[in-house]
Amino acid sequence: MNKPAASDQKVLLSVRNLTIQVPVGNGTCNLVDDVSFDIMESEVFALVGESGSGKSLTMMAVLGLLPLPLRMTQGTIVLRGQELTELDFNGMRQVRGKKMAIVFQDPMTALNPVIRVGKQVDEAIRLHNPGLSAKQIRARGIELFRQVGIPNPEQRYDQFPNEFSGGMRQRVVIAIAMANEPDLLIADEPTTALDVTIQAQVMDVLREVRERTGAAMILISHDLGLVAEHADRIGVLYSGSLVETGTTEQVFGAPQHPYTAGLIASLPRVDQKVDRLYSIPGFVPAPDKRPKGCAFSTRCEMSRDRDACTHARPTLRSMPEGRHSACHYAEETESWAKAQAAARVVLDEVDDSALRQAAEPILSVQDLQKEFDVSRGFLGRRAKMKALRGISFDILKGRTLGLVGESGCGKSTLARVLLRLMEASGGQVMLNGKPLLTMQGSALRSARRNLQVVFQDPYSSLDPRMTVHDIIAEPMRIHDCYDAARVNELLAHVGLGPEALLRRPGQFSGGQRQRIAIARALALQPDVLILDEAVSALDVSIQAQVINLLRDLQAEFGLTYVFISHDLSVVRHISDDVAVMYLGRIIEYGSVREVFENPEHPYTQALLSAIPRHHVPEAERGERILLAGDLPNPLSPPSGCAFRSRCRHAVASCAQSEPELIERTRPHHQSACLRAEELSNPAKLAS
Amino acid sequence: MLYFITKRILQSILTVFGVVTVAFFLVRLSGDPSLLLLSADATQEDIAAIRDAMGLNRPIWVQYLEFIGNALQGDFGNSIRQNSPAMSLVLERVPATLELALTSFAVGIGLALILGTIMRITRKVWLREAIMWIALARQAFPVFSFGLLMILVFSVGLGWLPSLGRGSWQHLVLPALTLGSYELALYLRLFNASLATEQRQDYVRTAYAKGQGRLQVIFQHMLPNALLPIVTVAGINLGLLLGGAVVTETVFSWPGVGRLIVQSVSQRDFPVIIAGVFLLSLIFVVINLIVDLLYSVLDPRVRF
Repeated sequence: MNKPAASDQKVLLSVRNLTIQVPVGNGTCNLVDDVSFDIMESEVFALVGESGSGKSLTMMAVLGLLPLPLRMTQGTIVLRGQELTELDFNGMRQVRGKKMAIVFQDPMTALNPVIRVGKQVDEAIRLHNPGLSAKQIRARGIELFRQVGIPNPEQRYDQFPNEFSGGMRQRVVIAIAMANEPDLLIADEPTTALDVTIQAQVMDVLREVRERTGAAMILISHDLGLVAEHADRIGVLYSGSLVETGTTEQVFGAPQHPYTAGLIASLPRVDQKVDRLYSIPGFVPAPDKRPKGCAFSTRCEMSRDRDACTHARPTLRSMPEGRHSACHYAEETESWAKAQAAARVVLDEVDDSALRQAAEPILSVQDLQKEFDVSRGFLGRRAKMKALRGISFDILKGRTLGLVGESGCGKSTLARVLLRLMEASGGQVMLNGKPLLTMQGSALRSARRNLQVVFQDPYSSLDPRMTVHDIIAEPMRIHDCYDAARVNELLAHVGLGPEALLRRPGQFSGGQRQRIAIARALALQPDVLILDEAVSALDVSIQAQVINLLRDLQAEFGLTYVFISHDLSVVRHISDDVAVMYLGRIIEYGSVREVFENPEHPYTQALLSAIPRHHVPEAERGERILLAGDLPNPLSPPSGCAFRSRCRHAVASCAQSEPELIERTRPHHQSACLRAEELSNPAKLAS
Repeated sequence: MLYFITKRILQSILTVFGVVTVAFFLVRLSGDPSLLLLSADATQEDIAAIRDAMGLNRPIWVQYLEFIGNALQGDFGNSIRQNSPAMSLVLERVPATLELALTSFAVGIGLALILGTIMRITRKVWLREAIMWIALARQAFPVFSFGLLMILVFSVGLGWLPSLGRGSWQHLVLPALTLGSYELALYLRLFNASLATEQRQDYVRTAYAKGQGRLQVIFQHMLPNALLPIVTVAGINLGLLLGGAVVTETVFSWPGVGRLIVQSVSQRDFPVIIAGVFLLSLIFVVINLIVDLLYSVLDPRVRF
């Protein structure tokens, strides 16, 4: 079915008509339905899709590791001429780890916690090289560690996984995968669990090891930006079927399937601010409840319920230039997508600094401190971990402050301190002009009504045994203002029908659960909503829906948001102001446009350069600043500027004192870098 | 690490001290031992005299301080019933208790690990089900009636093994099986559950993706992790076994510490009770200290 895009390349892996079934009741249900694709030697092929699209299952089938009760009922998988589906378990053992290897998503769990990392690498080498002596195996393992950029490989080889940071563990996993120089490397969401700057490092390592060995790679990801930067060709999966394939330029330039077009349009962009993000309506259907005809038809705004869409199942068909699409009206996609793009209202961002000075802030934070006592070392010496240092910011009513930074920078601690779930060690917080941190008893209780929170994971933030009605009503019951009509109203505000009231969280998808969590947070009519990574766990199309919902609610109720996120594109889209945090401190603060367009601090510059820019042609993307190393230990941060250990512009004076967060070059734009003036002006730096 | 050990040893001493104190006051509430020592027709004067001799007429806190002072020197007083030091009476029984407890512990945990691993390796569903079913059925059976059943079958019926007392290894078989099989059921269920959890771990998937076989994955990756919860439970349980095997000891007339304490309670032999409680609590905290240290060796994530 699939023809190679460039016929001079040889096919490495060929998957044909792959179908994976799961028993459901008396029948079965296809989780992966008739998927076919080819992977050429040395290329990077990306399989893109939302959760439940079957992308990971496809790869587990290729590895012959489908967990029971899943079964591959149809299809062939041919690797370099060898039919893998005919091999038994022992036959596949010769293929796994030798001819193809996999890097899993979560480096925190992919390594056995009680076995030294070196031993886990040794195993992979020994299995496929039985003749090697223990000494040779170790030498090879240490060589692998060096290749994936693990510092001090000899010492680190004998450590346990918990002594490695996330990024370093993923390097170990890559070392294991590359142990026998496989022909095919499968990377299943290899950087999803990692921070932005570490993501860039890991992708770099993957590229290096591939270039050295010439291995092809299947990159499985939900992250379109990552895929745009790293893949040669892309296959888009939707609800178990492949809906589009093509080269990266083709797919991003002019998608041939409305689902792909919708996904791309759902992504917030860093270079402009739009009124509303495009969002694909509805959610991915459960595999046993797919609509008849095209599985995407119920969510497709291009289909307009045409007969072919609702009755005939489209198959992947050839398009010009070696592309494929599974849409009856694929030819219309391009013009439809253009019309969508044209309908985007790009907001004109005005300078509102005058407003900023005039108005009274609703939430004002001054010099907030949080220290944790940690005991460590011989006889438990007490040490203080400074989680928050001198945090100050103001938020005006009805506006959004974005808080960005990598894990460990203190952004979630800040949320907890603001919510009084944790006591601050110093500083002041004024909410509606009243001091929040010193409130006790009933004053605190009523103040809490004005400050609510939505957490990241909608699967664990809702009590699974409570009905939706009880979940939303609970805050009102606590504050003695229960009103059944209000519960209905709230549910309607977040776009759910009254039929949801008596169901329990387990019956909803992630996006719906997050809507329920938002409804609960709004129950007490708060002034300020803290959104702690509230859209980070959601799929792209759902994320756009929830972001739009948040903006609508803000406009309707005049809500003020503290939007905590590691995703800079989303922060750019939703925030008015932004504060960038590093090791417990704000290192840059200003209006979102100012900070994103004229970043002064080298850390902000690095973060911004790491944002995938799928809408910009590769040549114009500019330099990617790769930060070296990991976040320093917060117990013993570097002297002076805490960032200097990873900063490429650090000079001797950076070590002497910590730069203050002050206006350095432009009004209403604060940064904490001594060299801000030079760095914000590349011409000056060069001279 | 040193800090942790020091802290734990201090905690352990405090625990033993607390247990002994509670035991001291509790036994004093249980009644007057002098009444049991004397014949029914003893006069009021006789009772007063003997209470005086035993020091029971003094205020209770004086008695307590005196007891603590003596105990710190290793003197727990003399048994009221038998005129010998209470502690030596208890110590006499310790070998028997250790013999029974450790054998049944080894039987229980050893069989559980073997059977649990077989259950994980075998592809025969009936075998898995059978093992689990037998374990469950055994756990549902009270120790007391199971012990009697064993005696009925193997001593009275078949005449293979002695039913009472301690001496040869044959004496040990029935009590150890009775107690050990109960332990087996407990460990087997725990082990099976933790192996089932291991099966779904990402690192198990990583191991298969390396090309490892099922046995390699089970022995190299799943077992070391699945043993961690077993170690914790085993520590608590071994302590319980040492002091709490009273029912088994009674059924088989096994001369252990548990049985001695129960006898002493009914005879209000205060010094023996307290000496026994002291020794058992000491063993209990020592075992738990060892388990904690062992845990830090087995699981590198735990560091003190």
